[in-house]
Parts: sequence; structure tokens; C-alpha cells
Amino acid sequence: MKKIEAIVRHYKLEDVKNALSEQGVSGMTITEVRGFGRQKGHTEMYRGTEYAVDFVPKVKVEVVIDDDRLQMVVDTILKAAQTGQIGDGKVFVSELTETIRIRTGETGGEAL
Amino acid sequence: MMAWWTHRRCLFSFLLLAFAAIAVPAFAQDAPAADEGSTLESPTLESLAAGVDEAKLAGHNAWMLTSCALVLFMTAPGLAMFYGGLVRKKNVLSVMMQCLFLMGLMTVLWSLYGYSLAFGGDNPYIGNGDYLFMNDVQQFWNEETNSPETPMEGVIPRLTHMLFQGMFFIITPALICGAFAERMKFSAMVLFSVLWGTLVYCPLCHWVWGGGILAFDGKAYANPDIATASWAGGALDFAGGTVVHISSGISALVCAIMLGRRSGWGHDDMRPHNLTYTALGAAMLWVGWFGFNAGSELASDGLTSSAFAVTHFSAAAGAVAWSLYEWLTRGKPSVLGAASGAVAGLVCITPAAGFVQPMPALAMGAVAGVVCAIACGMKSKFGYDDALDAFGVHGVGGTLGAILTGVFATRACWDIADGAKLGLIEGGSVLKGQIVATLVTWVFSVVMTVVLLLIVKAITGLRVDEETERRGLDIKEHEEEGYLLL
Repeated sequence: MKKIEAIVRHYKLEDVKNALSEQGVSGMTITEVRGFGRQKGHTEMYRGTEYAVDFVPKVKVEVVIDDDRLQMVVDTILKAAQTGQIGDGKVFVSELTETIRIRTGETGGEAL
Repeated sequence: MMAWWTHRRCLFSFLLLAFAAIAVPAFAQDAPAADEGSTLESPTLESLAAGVDEAKLAGHNAWMLTSCALVLFMTAPGLAMFYGGLVRKKNVLSVMMQCLFLMGLMTVLWSLYGYSLAFGGDNPYIGNGDYLFMNDVQQFWNEETNSPETPMEGVIPRLTHMLFQGMFFIITPALICGAFAERMKFSAMVLFSVLWGTLVYCPLCHWVWGGGILAFDGKAYANPDIATASWAGGALDFAGGTVVHISSGISALVCAIMLGRRSGWGHDDMRPHNLTYTALGAAMLWVGWFGFNAGSELASDGLTSSAFAVTHFSAAAGAVAWSLYEWLTRGKPSVLGAASGAVAGLVCITPAAGFVQPMPALAMGAVAGVVCAIACGMKSKFGYDDALDAFGVHGVGGTLGAILTGVFATRACWDIADGAKLGLIEGGSVLKGQIVATLVTWVFSVVMTVVLLLIVKAITGLRVDEETERRGLDIKEHEEEGYLLL
């Protein structure tokens, strides 16, 4: 199993969710996050005073899937979240050792 | 069908009863009049004149009481929301508390001695005890006429005048709070406001509006042979350019410098936590300012309309000018800029509201929008931390307004000097008095604020400690949080 963590723009969340649902992804977790990548945030101006905003707000989407669906899910996220502009976000893939459904005790792919 | 008819019948009966309830007393009132018709005397000229006077009093007083409420509306919710949105989340309650508490504190002082100190007597330097504890302000029993009597101030009850002026006494120290926001002890703010209101506001108010050394004497201005106690002819200050905005703005600058910068200034994130509040607060200030300026005519007449119009025009031009300035210099017009520009325009027109025409008001608002925007941008260059730009908007805008009043004032608005020309443009010379009054107000405000802050520092200390400032004044000074659910 793999865990995919995608850091995306707020306004792209709906597109990502719909695209993954169409591909049969049955669940996901989202979190409001802040951070920065290569572009190092942005600046805002308040009455002539400039503030550097280092931590830009984003949404993190977490999806757990079987190994054989990895490429399809990653491609779906990339397609749905991409604008081509700086700040589109990142996708991280990591190995997941176990998943357990609390209600039934099922494990692995059965639990997804 | 039956239910519908029953319903209609009930409704009809109800309407009939309601009509009877209204009509019967009316007929009852009419009936004796008809009976007495033969004995009723024709109204005399005196009784007609008294009726007209009562109607005029009612009109003036209704507008002035409305203005009182509008000006109070400026402090809270107006200023409280305007300032509340500009501070960080952890300090939102502290600035709202300052506004709310000052509404109480300054009112108490005003009722006990403030009004008397500001408006009592003819001494050119300070008021007297004539109105202490609302004496000769409140209604009293007249033994000669055997009836209650209301002391009058011009065309309105002195009680109304006291209330209206009291609202200015509340908002002026509240404006200063913007400079020392997020770091001054609440106890220090209270003590400073008591001393500042008593020793700076009341004398200054007396000098300008109480017939003192900065009061404009129209007769002396029209005829230089007449001796006057005013310096350089005094100042035209319709609604508080010197008394309210310059005094508070300059004192705010001194506070900002003497308290020092907020901890983390220059590197911590000090962005306004809720510009929605600020935008709404600015809009409330705009509305309340109609009472502030148009109410300062102390009556409801033609000049009231003029003051209302120029107030609106200047605010509008200020909002547009500040926004355009930002649009041109940094590519985007900001909401904070539009809100600040409106306030800057309102500040600038305040001393001039009774003296200038609508088109100059547009110009004054536009100039104030740009100049105050530049002034607010200068604080980071000079390194002082006027947290919410009390000096940048009120000090600079008020000074600009006082000077421009000397340029644009016209006798066509208010013939205050027996036909003598007023502003520079129409060939008058009031500008000299405006400049002198502005300088006097600057110097007086600086010196007194320094002295008062030193006194307060010795008694309570000025600043909260480092940990309190880091955790926020809300939790440490008031043991409350503004946003429990966020």
C-alpha cells in the first residue's frame, strides 16, 4: 500500500476530490496546512508597510491506495491540481505498512 | 369555506374594534373643541410665535440628539471595530475594551467637571466651575415661574450641548489608543486618559470653542481695531481639527515614541487579523461623522446641510484618492487603503466643515488621501511604531485640514466675520490664525503628553512585560479571549 500526500491550492481541492472520486478512490483526509517551497511565500502591503508571508496556506490531501493504482492516482492529482503557475504544490508518496478498519478489524486492501 | 368565512369575520371585527379604539378618543378630543368653539379666542401673535419657537427648538434638538448618538456610535462600534481588526488576534479585546471603557470613564469625568472646565466662564485660558456636577446644565425648579426650567445654549438645551461635546471628549483619547495598541498597560491607559482629558483636551477645547486664546472672534477679525484675547485672530475649527485630531494625533506620536516599538517589530507577523472588522468599522465612522461634523453647527439649518455635504464629499474623495495612490504605486488598490482614505478625508474636512464649499471639499479629501497614505508609509523609515497610524491619519490629516481651512474657507458658507473675507482663495487672511493655532496645538500636545507619560510611568509603568506582550493583552490583562472557537 502507498500513502499519497498532495499539497494543493485551496481552490483546486474540489477538482482533486471529484477527479479522485471518478477514479474510484473511496476515501481521503484533508488538512489545512501552511508552508513554503522554492518561491518562499509572498509579500503583502498594509498602509505602506510590507510583510513577507513565508508560510503560504495550502490544503493537504491524504489518500491511501493499493500499489497497482499508484500511478493512476498520482496522474489524476497532478492533472486536477495543476495550473502551471508557481505555488501549485507537491505530491509525496510513501510506503505504508498497514491499514486497519476500526469497526471490523479488517486489514490491508480490505480496509481501504 | 366556513373556516375562511369565520377567519374573515374575525378579521373584520378586529379592524372595526381597532378603528373604534382610534376614533373614539379622537372624537372625544374633538367634541369639547366643538362645544367650546363659541368661546375659543383667536390665536394671538404671541401664541403663534411661541408655537413656532417650540417647533424650531424641537427640530434643532431632535437633530442634535441624533448627532450625539451618531458621534457615540463612532467610538463603539465604529472605532472599536476599525482598531479591533487592525491588531493581532491576541489583542482584539484589549483595543475594544479601551474604546468601550473610555465611553464610560470620559463620560463620568465630563459630567463631574470636564464640561465646566471646557465651556465654563470667560477666562481665555481655562474654564471655571460654573457647570460643575451639571449645575446650570440640568433642569431646575424656577421659584419665580413655579415651573421646571431648562438652561439653554444657543438654540438647544445646554444638556444637549453638554452631551454632544461629551461625545468628542470620549472619542479623542480613544483615537490615541491606536498608537500604543498591543503594548500599553490598561491601568496606564486609564490614568493617562484621565490626565490627558483633564489637562490637554479640556484646556484646548476651551481655547478654541470656549472663547479662549485660539477662538476665532469674527468681530475682531472684521475690525482689527477691536481688541481680542485670541492669538493671531484665532482658528476656524468647525468640528475639531485642532481640538480633536491634531491634539490626539500628535499625542499619539509622542506615545508611540516614548513607549517604544512593539516586541518583534520589523520581523514578527503583525498584519491586521481581521480587515473585515476594519472595513465595517471605517464605514461606521463615515456614518457617525455626519453627526460629528453636521452636528457641530449645534442646530439644524442651511449650514448643517452644507457641513453634511462637504463631509460626505471629502470622505468619498479620500477613499478614491488613497486607493488610486496604491493602485498607481504598487499595482493594487487595497481595502485597508480605501477604508483609511475615507477616514483621512473625514479628518481633513472636520475643521473646515462649516467653512468650505463642496468642490474644495473634494479637493481636500483627495489631498488628505494621498498625503496620509505617504505619511503612514514613512513610519517604517523613521522607525517609530505608531501601531494603528493614529498620527499618520489624525495628526497629519488634522494638520492638513486646519491649514487648508485657511485656504478654502469662504464667507459664502458661514458669514462669521460680518462680511469680511476668510480664506486665502477669496482674499482673506484667516490662514495666519490657522497656522498659529496648529503650531500651538502641536507644541502644547507634545509637551503635555511627555509630562503626563512620565507621571504615569512613575505611578503605574507604561508597558506590559515581555511575556504579556508575547501572549497577548487579552489573556494577560483581561483574562479573556476574543475567539474561543477558532
